[in-house]
Amino acid sequence: MAVCIAVIAKENYPLYIRSAPTENELKFHHMVHTSLDVVDEKISAMGKALLDQRELYLGLLYPTEDYKVYGYVTNSKVKFVMVVDSSNTALRDNEIRSMFRKLHNSYTDVMCNPFYNPGDRIQSRAFDNMVTSMMIQVC
Amino acid sequence: AAGPVADLFRASQLPAETLHQITELCGAKRVGYFGATQFYIALKLIAAAQSGLPVRIESVKCELPLPRFMMSKNDGEIRFGNPAELHGTKVQIPYLTTEKNSFKRMDDEDKQQETQSPTMSPLASPPSSPPHYQRVPLSHGYSKLRSSAEQIHAAPYEARQPLVQPEGSSSGGPGTKPLRHQASLIRSFSVERELQDNSSYPDEPWRITEEQREYYVNQFRSLQPDPSSFISGSVAKNFFTKSKLSIPELSYIWELSDADCDGALTLPEFCAAFHLIVARKNGYPLPEGLPPTLQPEYLQAAFPKPKWDCQLFDSYSESLPANQQPRDLNRMEKTSVKDMADLPVPTQDVTSDDKQALKSTINEALSKDVSEDPATSKDSNSLKARPRSRSYSSTSIEEAMKRGEDPPTPPPRPQKTHSRASSLDLNKVFQPSVPATKSGLLPPPPALPPRPCPSQSEQVSEAELLPQLSRAPSQAAESSPAKKDVPYSQPPSKPIRRKFRPENQATENQEPSTASSGPASAATVKPHPTVQKQSSKQKKAIQTAIRKNKEANAVLARLNSELQQQLKEVHQERIALENQLEQLRPVTVL
Repeated sequence: MAVCIAVIAKENYPLYIRSAPTENELKFHHMVHTSLDVVDEKISAMGKALLDQRELYLGLLYPTEDYKVYGYVTNSKVKFVMVVDSSNTALRDNEIRSMFRKLHNSYTDVMCNPFYNPGDRIQSRAFDNMVTSMMIQVC
Repeated sequence: AAGPVADLFRASQLPAETLHQITELCGAKRVGYFGATQFYIALKLIAAAQSGLPVRIESVKCELPLPRFMMSKNDGEIRFGNPAELHGTKVQIPYLTTEKNSFKRMDDEDKQQETQSPTMSPLASPPSSPPHYQRVPLSHGYSKLRSSAEQIHAAPYEARQPLVQPEGSSSGGPGTKPLRHQASLIRSFSVERELQDNSSYPDEPWRITEEQREYYVNQFRSLQPDPSSFISGSVAKNFFTKSKLSIPELSYIWELSDADCDGALTLPEFCAAFHLIVARKNGYPLPEGLPPTLQPEYLQAAFPKPKWDCQLFDSYSESLPANQQPRDLNRMEKTSVKDMADLPVPTQDVTSDDKQALKSTINEALSKDVSEDPATSKDSNSLKARPRSRSYSSTSIEEAMKRGEDPPTPPPRPQKTHSRASSLDLNKVFQPSVPATKSGLLPPPPALPPRPCPSQSEQVSEAELLPQLSRAPSQAAESSPAKKDVPYSQPPSKPIRRKFRPENQATENQEPSTASSGPASAATVKPHPTVQKQSSKQKKAIQTAIRKNKEANAVLARLNSELQQQLKEVHQERIALENQLEQLRPVTVL
């Protein structure tokens, strides 16, 4: 369903980024990059007072004509960005949330691996498989 | 692998077209590769062809003598000449020749005897004696041909060995122990072919034999004394890093084996991980998913363990998504379906239902066929029945052992922490940062509490020498220089120093310090032997770490001592001020 999924580290460099249509990947990379600004905006907008209650799911970051971009931030400021096709109207908010939850869980599993150094690119096969499963459903 | 297989087939000295026929029949052509089943069938057909039977599927069903493969040793070695395996071969050969005397000589005899010696698993038809002799050239060829790669491959066959063969000769004794493994796996391979009509084992290399299992358990215990507890991630990381596999591979192995993704390895998980490492070192490609025989429930069922620690999994019940649970339940169902009658309960009971529901396989595409069969129940039985005197002969184990000999350190290692060494958090903080410096193992957190005591008392031994020396020259005001000297030695003697200081402050007398150092010295006598023993084992690593920490700690300790001095002065000022206040107060009151 998603056409592009990215995991961005706290320092705003990508830990993992993958696009479904392999052409025009650069466009997706650029979209993800620009969405980071929106993410930061949303985080700061919540304010420090609400830090405890800050929701992890950020919702729709911004829509373009073809795509919609959703965001999700973990408590350690790791961001998940997902780009979905606008034509896929069947996607509801709940589904997006569940997809982010799955991402988050897989990410935690990757973290649990002692051989993974936080800040490295994510090269876990399990993570890859999970992301593939999320992206494949387009067809 | 078509290459080695083709060579092996050619060695059977059958005409080429027969071999083609066989290849087709066994299904390798259709499937495109020689899987285990195809291989077995092919070998069976070769045997049939060699006995003169027509090459047809039906021939597979008959009781056939073993196929004969005429091979030279060199061929076998060269054939598997990819560097890792060559290396493994080279390591293996010297090991085989030197490790136990006259391996080659005993080889043949032992293999004959091996066929009769007790091993695990039921064998439907005990091999008759003629095949024994035929096995000798076969296994001889095999032993060189298959070298290290196949060793593991065939090693698990032991699990299917006949339980106790009555014609067993007692020679399976000490001298043949390492050979046993080598020979038995070869024999088991040949036996395996006879058991084709039984359930096939598509995942032979991933089956853990009993000796391997024992070895893994011992290694586990060296890392973590409690077999029902788990090894933390950092400890396991240090340990597995010694295997010199690349980090991505280790990362992947971890991913496969840590089924519950909790960052720690329980005993079955550890065995699985170790086994994967061993297999990988022997040239086996890592599987896409955790093989059924390596899954924790399977391992637990095959080798029953004490009660499982469920708390960890309870904590993960929230983190695991709901959609993984139906998959696990699926697997549970399949497991229960596949359960044979004689392996009834352990699978379900040993692992609590909670854990079952929570366990998620790493690879979702993994077929969840946990083929529990009588072999495993026999495994568990024979595990207890067999004498434990067997050592581990295969090269892989040997390499692992060599590797393993480096890491195991006794749990009470002096943990060079600074300041309040008894704080567990500090130890945990240090563990991630320090492991690079310490080539040895860091003791796992659960074992922490005893450690600070020997460490402190050990360090007190050095610390108290210096105070005594430094206090000798000067008197009352000397406490500060004395303390300044003390930090140059082992810093974590601070609690002792604190004891010194207040006493010095109180009396400004040497005697309390010497008195306190008295009992300290008594206490230090005991740690000395342990210190020496530990340092002898991990000398360099510990000393490097010690030095680094000392430097860091010395600075902090100096700072601390200066602050202490200031505190003392401030105290005195306060006392003086209070006295003044007392004196002045009657004046003000008036």
